[in-house]
Amino acid sequence: MTAPPLLEVEDLKAHYAARGRGAEGGRTLKALDGVTLSVGAGEVVGVVGESGCGKSTLGRAIIGLVRPTAGVIRLAGETLDAPGRPRRLADRRRMQIIFQDPASSLNPAMTVGETIGEALFIHRIGDAQGRPARIAALLDQVGLPRAAAARHPRELSGGQRQRVGIARALAVGPELIVADEAVSALDVSVQAQILNLLADLRDALGLALLFIGHDLSVIEALCDRVVVLYLGQVMETAPAEAIFRAPRHPYTRALLDASPIPDPAARDRPRMLLTGEPPSPLSPPSGCVFRTRCPHAEARCAAARPTLEAASVDHQVACARWAEIAF
Amino acid sequence: MTTLAAARAPSPPASPGLLDVRGLTVDFGAGAGQFAAVNGVDLTIAAGETLALVGESGSGKSVTSLAIMGLLDRRRAQVGGEIRFRDRTGQARDLAALDGRAMAALRGGEIAMIFQEPMTSLNPVQTAGAQIAEAVRLHQGLDGAAAWARAVEMLDAVEIPDARRRAGAWPHELSGGMRQRVLIAMALACRPALLIADEPTTALDVTVQLAILRLLERLRRELGMGVLFITHNLGVVAEVADRVAVMYGGRIVETAPVAGLFERPRHPYTRGLLDSLPRRGARGRLKAIPGAVVDPRRPPPGCAFEPRCALAAPPCRAAPPPLAAISAGHAARCLNWAAL
Repeated sequence: MTAPPLLEVEDLKAHYAARGRGAEGGRTLKALDGVTLSVGAGEVVGVVGESGCGKSTLGRAIIGLVRPTAGVIRLAGETLDAPGRPRRLADRRRMQIIFQDPASSLNPAMTVGETIGEALFIHRIGDAQGRPARIAALLDQVGLPRAAAARHPRELSGGQRQRVGIARALAVGPELIVADEAVSALDVSVQAQILNLLADLRDALGLALLFIGHDLSVIEALCDRVVVLYLGQVMETAPAEAIFRAPRHPYTRALLDASPIPDPAARDRPRMLLTGEPPSPLSPPSGCVFRTRCPHAEARCAAARPTLEAASVDHQVACARWAEIAF
Repeated sequence: MTTLAAARAPSPPASPGLLDVRGLTVDFGAGAGQFAAVNGVDLTIAAGETLALVGESGSGKSVTSLAIMGLLDRRRAQVGGEIRFRDRTGQARDLAALDGRAMAALRGGEIAMIFQEPMTSLNPVQTAGAQIAEAVRLHQGLDGAAAWARAVEMLDAVEIPDARRRAGAWPHELSGGMRQRVLIAMALACRPALLIADEPTTALDVTVQLAILRLLERLRRELGMGVLFITHNLGVVAEVADRVAVMYGGRIVETAPVAGLFERPRHPYTRGLLDSLPRRGARGRLKAIPGAVVDPRRPPPGCAFEPRCALAAPPCRAAPPPLAAISAGHAARCLNWAAL
């Protein structure tokens, strides 16, 4: 029997009652509507999609920051979160998160050392005497000078602050880190440093990553596998190579085509141009949620929600027409 | 929805001098706290031409555009240099020397601007159509009904479906992409000669970004506008620019026609930026630029990029290097450009 994947997410739903009066009141917002995915030990899985696709809710649900309304999250085969109970401390330690904006996710009144030390304290790792050495080792690991322990976030650059966020996540020895748009707020020249650091940590520690982002070239550089989300549902999932070379879902194709390529000679390449914008998750279309923007949509796409089908080994696509359309 | 084999007309021939900026400086603060956010910027834009101004945080790119628009608070920012703008009558004027009233008459009329965040740029308590109509009444002296008709016409021109009805929509009823279209409609309603677009697609999703870039390109061609396009995204630069100016530490460090810049960058910073980008079809480690972006409050004595530069040598630390002419339209502020 093979060991179960490190993280399994099965049919995860996050449905919320929309507040307020008028047209939106009383409706259900489906931030996540049946998401299934898995992450193996040491694997880097990219989650990509546009605003409102549910990618941030997914990361927060996995980490236990928001409660899904249905579905199962398993860690190494074990189901997390008994109903009505907050996540156990020991389980929280195994998965950590880094956020987009390190300026607002670090306490401005605490030094870097205090921020990292707090994580160690909460999880009762080591004792007070041993902590400075442990903090120094973590700073080494993320490429910060040890003197940074005495600094406050405002004294650091954006890239250095994100390194602190990574050190805080690493402090408790997680097996998986959720990186939610972790390089999106950084300057281009600094982005590459942080992406390299994440790749190095994966190699050195066997760390698994769930890398949530919207920039496809960043996803391609870092990830082993990719999950494409649209309006809270998985459209396609496959090894990164297959997603970028031979996407099978029209939405993935459109995303790839819309991503700017830093080469003026590529300006006039033929591209699929989508009209409109993603519909509101308060009133998703019937059937396939992408059909209102899909050039290949036909009557049956409105009738039933397509299920994820295997287009090949390890390549799944949720499109009624995937087998008959070619890009 | 169409598959576009993009029809892109060649840009009109450069007729020099729609905008001609010479020696632009912007200083903030006073006494020991004074620092230069923009330090001697020269740039030109011809009618019908798109110049992309590229830079990272603190490079001075947005301050440059605000200085050109006369939108800096004169009590806090000292602006020096010349900003020569050729208006519709063919008369060239120095915008830096205009008083507030004269500048206000140009702004939103002959010179228009769109910003990154369309929600904060729109008046939340005025309908989309009313905001466009107001600009038209102010700058073109049309009466209410004619201004409203022009507003609807502009909403249609920016490809907003059902423009007549949408003219009555409030900003909060519109999506991000629709708001940016409204902003573009407002900016272009008075047929500006120059459009300054500051990160106009940065807050948008990529599929919407592509549509907005295509729209701007079509309108530029139809109106023969010059465009100053400010962005940090080199992919977007490759999509829209005729020429590119790269800013770092308050100075333009390289300027070139777009093809030449991407083909053979001659400044180590430009080179580093391009090399650090993840590429389609490539996986694995990226070539990062070491260190952090220069803080304009604490510039090094020599070249601002020197502390991060692999080619740095003692002369680089002595004084900021001059702009070296390399070929037609291509110049770089680097002593070692020939080594690249």
